Amino acid sequence: MAGFYALFSKELLRFWKVSFQTMAAPVLTALLYLLIFSHVLEEHVHVYPGVPYTAFLIPGLVMMSVLQNAFANSSSSLIQSKMTGNIVFVLLPPISYGEFFFAYMLAAAVRGLAVGLGVFLVTLPFVPLAVREPLWLVAFAVTGSCILGTLGMVAGIWAEKFDQLAAFQNFIIMPLTFLSGVFYSIHSLPAFWQAVSRFNPFFYMIDGFRYGFFGISDVAPSLSLAIVAACFLALSLATLFLLRSGYKLRF
Amino acid sequence: MHALRGIDLEVAQGEFFALLGPNGAGKTTLINILAGLSRADRGRVEVMGHDVVRHYRPARRALGVVPQELVFDPFFTVREALRIQSGYFGLARNDDWIDELMHHLGLTDKADSNTRTLSGGMKRRVLVAQALVHKPPVIVLDEPTAGVDVALRQTLWTFVGKLNRDGHTIVLTTHYLEEAEALCSRVAMLKHGTIVALDSTRNLLNSAADKHLRLKLDPDELPVSLQPRLSAQEKGSFTLVIHDYAELEGIMATLREAGAAVREMELPQPDLEDVFLQIMDRH
Repeated sequence: MAGFYALFSKELLRFWKVSFQTMAAPVLTALLYLLIFSHVLEEHVHVYPGVPYTAFLIPGLVMMSVLQNAFANSSSSLIQSKMTGNIVFVLLPPISYGEFFFAYMLAAAVRGLAVGLGVFLVTLPFVPLAVREPLWLVAFAVTGSCILGTLGMVAGIWAEKFDQLAAFQNFIIMPLTFLSGVFYSIHSLPAFWQAVSRFNPFFYMIDGFRYGFFGISDVAPSLSLAIVAACFLALSLATLFLLRSGYKLRF
Repeated sequence: MHALRGIDLEVAQGEFFALLGPNGAGKTTLINILAGLSRADRGRVEVMGHDVVRHYRPARRALGVVPQELVFDPFFTVREALRIQSGYFGLARNDDWIDELMHHLGLTDKADSNTRTLSGGMKRRVLVAQALVHKPPVIVLDEPTAGVDVALRQTLWTFVGKLNRDGHTIVLTTHYLEEAEALCSRVAMLKHGTIVALDSTRNLLNSAADKHLRLKLDPDELPVSLQPRLSAQEKGSFTLVIHDYAELEGIMATLREAGAAVREMELPQPDLEDVFLQIMDRH
């Protein structure tokens, strides 16, 4: 446990030291999305009855920030440590693969949740949002950030160069988040794309998270949470297996 | 392809041991297996009786490794890096020892500097300190003096010598053979992944096949009968090969008969470098 605690604290301290880049920058990015999309679409798009588009958009932006920043934290920390070689500082001490897993995953989740909270706070002046179902909201934010923190770990361990990590991010993570209903409800899509969206686990994260605010969603939140939790479990087991084998870390 | 093959090596507790060999001989691979950074296809390695794979926790707790690459974490200051490293070993309150380490390694002034801003030599000192935060009984230094100035070399060897006297086992790899000769009581030489020599430094030095005799003569001319022994000649000084010091008397007699007076005579001792080159040639 001591190893976990030290590694977890080190990961928190790492992003805290560059918080301008790791927290302030993504909050600003989300704010820009909000300003532009709400300006363009406020009058044209109505997803749920009585919910203005800006209000609909905010939970999506918050969750997108949570997910992207959780991924960014573990993936960039690991690739940097591997590229510079200082990963040996973590590999030489008696830290188990389980401690390694939980430290990187939870630190990434903390970063994701902190950025999400920041985005939520700066968007408050635009539309006052009530949180109808706080427990659902927290459940989706936490599992979502843990999933992306774990995915970031896999990407950071797999990638041998920065461009490989960028490819993972641009060709897998970005499409899955953008096509998950951050900016729209999948009910507005043609039937084919609606069906495709249902294979995207990110869709359930966003949809369930949005349910936390409005108490309305495209899919029942219990089903979404079950799917998200199953994804988390499968991914975690696969990652633990990877770490135990020493894949790309201990040759 | 095997990086290492058939290594059977035991370093006793408290030894100052040198692992020598040309680049690519497998020294770092051997250290990586010892440290759990690499996994051997076959065989087993123990540190203080703990198998490095099955009982990795006590094995790693007993081992401190100074890596060859000059690595550092650009996010942290020297003190933070040392505190974090202590934390990985479960040492929450380690500041007294951290202060002592920084003092011995001349890092105290740099305690609150970011490791990124340090010179190469200073980064090397931090690496040594990081390897020692948990006071490991076994310390492995992988080419710690490559590209390092004289001051740090002296600081380092003074400190490591003190640790060795206090009972720590030291394993050292280096390409500066005079360092190994001066410090290490026993030496293993590796080539192509196998051990080609393993003995005490003294025995290895005595094993040098050829000994040398350096002479300055008056007149400056080597008698013909001694020409076959000549191995080098420069500025009026002749270096002769001898196989045994008992041959000295015969050589002196030959010189006397030839009417050559000895102005200077020297019996250079073979150093580890000579022995190393001979052994590497042979394999």
